[in-house]
Amino acid sequence: MFRDLYYTVFEFVRTFGALQLFFLRLLMHTPTVLSRRFGLVIGQVYNAGALSLVIIVICGFFVGAVLGLQGFSNLSRFNAEDSVGAVAALALVKELGPVITALLFAGRAGTALSSEIGLMKATDQLSAMEMMAVNPIRRVVVPRFLGGVVAMPLLAAVFSMVGLLGAHLVCVPLLGVDVGSFWQQMQQSVEVADINEGIIKSIAFGIAASLLAVWEGYNAIPTAEGVGRATTRTVVLTAIVVLIFDFMITAVAI
Amino acid sequence: MNAVSDNLIEIHDLDYSFGPRKIFNGLNLTIEQGQVTAIMGPSGTGKTTLLRLITRQIVPDHGVILVDGVDIATLNQTQLYDLRKRFGMLFQNGALLTDLSVFENVAFPLREHTRLTNRLIRHVVLTKLHAVGLRGAADMMPQQLSGGMARRVALARAMVMDPDILIYDEPFVGLDPISMGVIVRLVRKMNDALGISSIIVSHDVQEISTVADCSYLISKGKVAASGSPDELNNASSELVRQFMHGMADGPVAFHYDAPDYAEQLLGRDTE
Repeated sequence: MFRDLYYTVFEFVRTFGALQLFFLRLLMHTPTVLSRRFGLVIGQVYNAGALSLVIIVICGFFVGAVLGLQGFSNLSRFNAEDSVGAVAALALVKELGPVITALLFAGRAGTALSSEIGLMKATDQLSAMEMMAVNPIRRVVVPRFLGGVVAMPLLAAVFSMVGLLGAHLVCVPLLGVDVGSFWQQMQQSVEVADINEGIIKSIAFGIAASLLAVWEGYNAIPTAEGVGRATTRTVVLTAIVVLIFDFMITAVAI
Repeated sequence: MNAVSDNLIEIHDLDYSFGPRKIFNGLNLTIEQGQVTAIMGPSGTGKTTLLRLITRQIVPDHGVILVDGVDIATLNQTQLYDLRKRFGMLFQNGALLTDLSVFENVAFPLREHTRLTNRLIRHVVLTKLHAVGLRGAADMMPQQLSGGMARRVALARAMVMDPDILIYDEPFVGLDPISMGVIVRLVRKMNDALGISSIIVSHDVQEISTVADCSYLISKGKVAASGSPDELNNASSELVRQFMHGMADGPVAFHYDAPDYAEQLLGRDTE
């Protein structure tokens, strides 16, 4: 039993160390990729960002609408329903925007990155690049990683904006909250520090989600089952890491 | 003028294991400049692994691999990539980049390593595609190609940089007789006209016999026999005769190591 525990801990530490080295490799190649392969990065921002917009917009709208409903219902007990705009904005900008976007990003873009890189490995495309003297880390992995890192904060911003629109549509036309109070209270309550917290979170989640996705794809066992497992692990690990990071950043910010 | 050895690749005392399984055990092999060298052997003897070792996609447990007299284990990544620019490799499954068209797949090495104009790249790519009979498929995507067509595109890509050494991993699998005949002639013609060296891993004894200058038969982690196709065809060794003539009985067992058939069917092997 102790031996099993020892090997589990050993394997965890080994994997964590390898992940850090992999991250350093990506950072090392980043300046070259940005200067010489900027077009590839833009393409990946499109793949990870623009192609995720539909799910982000739909989910953002309904999360905002539910926040409006719940906020109105709870605040009206204290005759404070005019503050629903402020509550929705703070919840979206600081918490729900970055977190839910990261979870959706892992499901939509993260799985696509993992399975694409894993399948490229399984079909010898990465080996073929190596044989053509082209570094697959530089040509395939870094542009996808950077694309995810850039796309994630943009998606979180879109999520929060559409969420506010959803909250507005539920609270103002449907529930009769005064439009002036809704937006004015929001403007008074939300400070630059709150927005900065949301931006920092979305950048941190973007790095974590993209890193885990390309790491799992690059290290996938090159079989159908191996790629499937890597894709599943991407979603599970990203969800856990994002929620842990969320707690840590929130604790520091408060 | 310096005296240059005719040996392009030399492998000395090579050991390589995959997990607990020993693939090579003291393998020695020489590939000469300007020749078509065939590497043959029963399934699972490590022929593709040998190609991966020669190109340092994997590293041996023990032994030395010299390419042009240079130990490839001593090369740093830049030197290794410089060496690989001299290689063209045709993978077993083609390994085409699935997000690029046929044209862009063949143009890929040129775009990565040269500053040729688009017009010149177009000329070079169409020339290579014409050589493999697929100029008309330039705009197709890899998923629209049959297995044989994909391999021919991969061949065009392997030769687009005019390499010094062309490596073919099972080039004849899945080709129809016409394509196979064309590719066999193309391998020979390119080798002679461009003065390059070719290494072919294949099971197709008939095709290899028509194209190879020298063949190595690998078995049990070592070179079991070597020589010209005629020499191997007329060899007296039982193992060579079994392989070259496709005989069921001989030193190479058709069945992988297993417990006694009857005992296993009766379930006694698990008792």
